[in-house]
Amino acid sequence: MGNKRLMLGNEAVARGAYEAGATVAVAYPGTPSTEITEFVATYDDIYAQWSPNEKVALEVGIGSSVSGARTMVAMKHVGVNVAADPLFTVAYTGVNGGLVILVADDPGMHSSQNEQDSRYYARSAHIPMLEPSDSHEAKEFVKEAFDMSEKYDTPVFVRLTTRISHSQSIVEIHDRKDVPLKPYHKDFKKNVMMPAMARVRHVVVEKRMHQMAEDANHCAVNTVEMGDTSIGVITSGVPYQYVKEVLPGASVLKLGMVHPLPKQLIEDFAKKVDQLYIVEELEPIFEEQIKSWGIDVLGKEILTVQGEYSANLLEERIAKNSLGLDTPKQLPVRPPVMCPGCPHRGVYYILHKLKKHATGDIGCYTLGALPPLEGIDTCVCMGASVSMLHGIEKARGKEFIKDWVGIIGDSTFVHSGITGLVDIVYNKGISTVIILDNSTTGMTGHQDNPATGRTLKGEATHVLNLVDLAMSIGITNVRVVNPFKPEEVELAVKEETAKEEPSVIIASAPCELLDRKTKRIPYRIDLDTCKNCGMCMRIGCPAISKQDNKMFINDTLCSGCGLCAKICKFGAIVKEAQ
Amino acid sequence: MKTKNILVVGVGGQGTLLTSRILGNLAIHSGYDVKLSEVHGMSQRGGSVVTHIRYGKKVYSPLVEVGKADVILAFEKMEALRWRHYLKKDGIIIVNTQEIDPMPVIIGADKYPDDVIEQLQQNENKVIVADALAEARKIGNFRVVNTVLLGLLAKNMDVDVQTWEEAIKQTVPPKTVEVNIKAFQAGYVLA
Repeated sequence: MGNKRLMLGNEAVARGAYEAGATVAVAYPGTPSTEITEFVATYDDIYAQWSPNEKVALEVGIGSSVSGARTMVAMKHVGVNVAADPLFTVAYTGVNGGLVILVADDPGMHSSQNEQDSRYYARSAHIPMLEPSDSHEAKEFVKEAFDMSEKYDTPVFVRLTTRISHSQSIVEIHDRKDVPLKPYHKDFKKNVMMPAMARVRHVVVEKRMHQMAEDANHCAVNTVEMGDTSIGVITSGVPYQYVKEVLPGASVLKLGMVHPLPKQLIEDFAKKVDQLYIVEELEPIFEEQIKSWGIDVLGKEILTVQGEYSANLLEERIAKNSLGLDTPKQLPVRPPVMCPGCPHRGVYYILHKLKKHATGDIGCYTLGALPPLEGIDTCVCMGASVSMLHGIEKARGKEFIKDWVGIIGDSTFVHSGITGLVDIVYNKGISTVIILDNSTTGMTGHQDNPATGRTLKGEATHVLNLVDLAMSIGITNVRVVNPFKPEEVELAVKEETAKEEPSVIIASAPCELLDRKTKRIPYRIDLDTCKNCGMCMRIGCPAISKQDNKMFINDTLCSGCGLCAKICKFGAIVKEAQ
Repeated sequence: MKTKNILVVGVGGQGTLLTSRILGNLAIHSGYDVKLSEVHGMSQRGGSVVTHIRYGKKVYSPLVEVGKADVILAFEKMEALRWRHYLKKDGIIIVNTQEIDPMPVIIGADKYPDDVIEQLQQNENKVIVADALAEARKIGNFRVVNTVLLGLLAKNMDVDVQTWEEAIKQTVPPKTVEVNIKAFQAGYVLA
């Protein structure tokens, strides 16, 4: 084995940053990109941090690069939307120390609200983009991206997709290159983007992209594997692997650089093959450019812009083998649910009971949208719960909004809920916002944030006090409730929504998965006392079900949180004797 | 060697990820190229989960194709049925009889099928059924269901027990090594 290891794509990216001599890494967690920065944080030679959101993360990264350090910023595809403002301008300023931006797309939406294709950002912001097809390449391409960034004075994107981020393959590791900080020189013509300077820089950007497009024809990351010339395929990323699986003998042009495209290389390849296919997940970005050059290709006519590709799909659509596959059984679906013991459940139970509507946000608590809790009405993007709530009030008025609340998690609130809340106060809104504070960033796997008191490197730090914050921006009604005390939550929701003033309710209890050290004693149903009313089922706890027409608590799932015992009117839910 | 395709399926939280990492380490120890495709994030929260493991001389795709899995290791009964179409005709499916009701079943909007094993047995493939949860309880920790199932799988694969135990030791948290090895051995005897 020696220096070969099985590595997650994200882990390999972190290794690449380490080997490239990067000294700063910044991110906000987002599936499937999260582990990149978590793995980076394990290297003592690299300063790594979580920022409140992707815009801040990129700006920190730009500052770090301007001052001379090799810097990596990581985010998921929707995170690029948040970071888009500085992104388009850093393309103009260029870099000092190499600046590499990792973006992880999610075809198939395993854990995302849309399937946007980040290659469009590369094109529209005029930033080159590399795309690896396995873990080893992920590591090597990150190193290549740093070199390219400094050579061409540009930020460089490295694009991953879920299947690269979250698959493991063998990586050959190398030593770290020692890269000293580049000297800092004040250069306001390059770094102060007011119109007069920016106009000059735009010309530089255009020239740079022309040069890169020219050089892409000879760039080592773009490879041609000539085989049978009756079929040629242009592809990149994980679809390359499916092509190799299904058409082992075909000629393949594998684009390691997905923007800008190597026109000459593509034209030459196209001339050598009889039928040319483009195999790219999501949008027809290669296809549209290549067709615009007058090259005849088949792409989305036979494939799709939706979801992930697979070897099966290529076998049917390109190799034209009818596979006659078994279809999956029609079975009860198994959607993700809030964990047993989740502190959010108690809040949703009360909202459901009080028939309140809620604008929702991005996080575990989005799962409260599903039956039986049906606790949220909307979910668009990070922070939208707070601002949408205000919009609803302004459209429908003070009486209407009394039946509504906004729901947002602690990390998401810091990410982009704060500004929405400021907006409510400033524009004389009266909405009630509930912050579900579980002391972590739950859905992405428990990352710290400014409200938890710990940094990414595990050091203790100042704890953002959400109560003080809300009060300081002008919310006079701020109260903290325990989500495991339904009566307390009910009273707070009733009182605060009735007020014609803005309110913040902070439902505070740590994520059930955060601390597994204390052994929880499961509850059970005392069948002699149980009236079989089914009340306990209304909290939607996966541990409670009906078996043989009797209520049943599954002891392998029950966390012992006791919420169900508080809901039961007959005292029929008791602690398991130990 | 022809590339081996294994699917580990179950419910988020059951330990399918750790199990597939043991399989990954096993393959690398045996000198093969290997790829794993796993599930992170939202699907882990009680959802249906699947991990693909492929190993052999040279592996391209990280995903097993439909109809080409040599083995499916199912941690939950209904999940075995959900992913069964991935199994090749003479493949092996190892099923834990544990039932975990999904939310639509809990709230009465759907029904848990009562003939899962019978349905699995309708095809030509080999079906191995086990109550791994009961075995794990016997050992005194219901969380080691996954290594009990690995024991069952080991009996049906051509790798010696020492290599298996080494891969387990290398992958599980250090303080759980003993109970996991015990569970593995219990599963191995069960097969």
